[in-house]
Amino acid sequence: METIVETRNLRVEYRAQDSGSGRKVAVKDLNLIVRAGEVFGFLGPNGAGKTTTMNVLLGFVNATSGAAFLFGVDVREPIARQRIGYLPELTYYYKFLTAEELLRFYARIFGIPQAQADQRIDALLKLVELDHARKRPIKTYSKGMQQRVGLAQALINNPDLLILDEPTSGLDPLGRMKVREIIQRLKNEGKTVFFSSHELGEVETVCDRVAIINQGELKVEGRVAELVEKHHANLERIFLNIIGYQTQAST
Amino acid sequence: MNTILALAGVVIKELYRRKDFYVLFVLTAVITLLMGSVSFFHDTGIVRYVKEIALLLIWIAALVIAIGTTARQIPAERENRTIFPLLAKPVTRGQVIVGKFAGCWLACGLALMVFYVFFGVVSGSREHYWPVLSFFQAFWLQWVMLGIVVAFVLLGSVVFAAPSSNATISFIVVLGILLLGGHLNQVALQQPEPLRSIVYGVYFLIPHLEWYDVRDLIVYDWNRVGWLDCALATLYAATYAGLLLFGAWLVFRRKPLNV
Repeated sequence: METIVETRNLRVEYRAQDSGSGRKVAVKDLNLIVRAGEVFGFLGPNGAGKTTTMNVLLGFVNATSGAAFLFGVDVREPIARQRIGYLPELTYYYKFLTAEELLRFYARIFGIPQAQADQRIDALLKLVELDHARKRPIKTYSKGMQQRVGLAQALINNPDLLILDEPTSGLDPLGRMKVREIIQRLKNEGKTVFFSSHELGEVETVCDRVAIINQGELKVEGRVAELVEKHHANLERIFLNIIGYQTQAST
Repeated sequence: MNTILALAGVVIKELYRRKDFYVLFVLTAVITLLMGSVSFFHDTGIVRYVKEIALLLIWIAALVIAIGTTARQIPAERENRTIFPLLAKPVTRGQVIVGKFAGCWLACGLALMVFYVFFGVVSGSREHYWPVLSFFQAFWLQWVMLGIVVAFVLLGSVVFAAPSSNATISFIVVLGILLLGGHLNQVALQQPEPLRSIVYGVYFLIPHLEWYDVRDLIVYDWNRVGWLDCALATLYAATYAGLLLFGAWLVFRRKPLNV
């Protein structure tokens, strides 16, 4: 199966703001492989290095050492991002544009022909249930609607890989369910999804494989079912054990 | 090119959907029309004063639009986090810089055109005389000058995090160059060394924005600037704008994007 995402001994260091000239290691020699058609959950507590890893994959941050590849292309090359869709956590899209204009803007960046872009925009706005609000400025949208317009922009180029950074963060239960349904649908279409989330129940439901990192280090990686069987616990318990958290009952 | 035009299109949409341009245009129009409707001592030459005031207002409004629009572009992208989905597409930081420049410059050109059409109509209706080529030359030179200003502010927007500090510094620098830039060589002559060399250095380093101010030619109906001079002035502006954009790219390409 084709390798879609790969990191080889990925290390990211940056200057720590709170300790003078000291350097903080955000990601320590991370080796990951995500294959075509997988839904891959990337888990870890806040500050574990998830977003930094995603930032390297997206070309926002340069690795200190090691390398990262998307579809076998070095992430430092802009062309590596031609076949991906990215949904960041909490983004406020251009408020003066309508959803339709926003999607047209991104379609133009990908060089999608007008007729094809029209079809794609119609389909996406229906998919994320924003067809009724397509002509309204984004500034009039609720938070859930903004997140859904974000999901639509991530899908505008019909990507083979979707990178989602906490896609259900801040959404109500209905909004979460809709996002989950969309991820499931993409999985059925054979798309690869790489996403980070704190909603472990959700991860357990939709993911084929997960990786848990803590303090920049990969702690565990594997198929969800195998991990659950091996540790005789659900994903939440495994996660808490790995990050060293002891509940009152277990202590 | 598609990416640059797409980015520019968003900036232009932003300009005509915000109130800034309309407020400045209405203010300019009201002041000009009020001045034009007043008769002082039955002076037939009053139209010159009206033209002078209208052109001054157009210069001020154009600078406010250029600096205000450009200063917020990249900081707003970072603050609203729209820079992330944008750069997650096959877009380079260089394209972001050039796209933002193109958008701001074209938006300024559109706004300036509206102002000059209004000015032409008011001036022509009073004088019954339509020096279209002179007006076009004044418009062109001012627009070209705004290219340098936009590139300068864009460089400031990747250096300073706050759009307000960038806009304030840019205003002071641009006004300083417009008012004093042409006199720096004379100031240098009166200074002892090494200050003389420093002031001379500044004189040769700064872009001479005041060269693009041909308001007097229109107010007093003097001859137009030669078209070759116009072309050289355009080349000069393009060189400065290019250098400033290159500087902006150098700073922006390594800039961490976290807010």
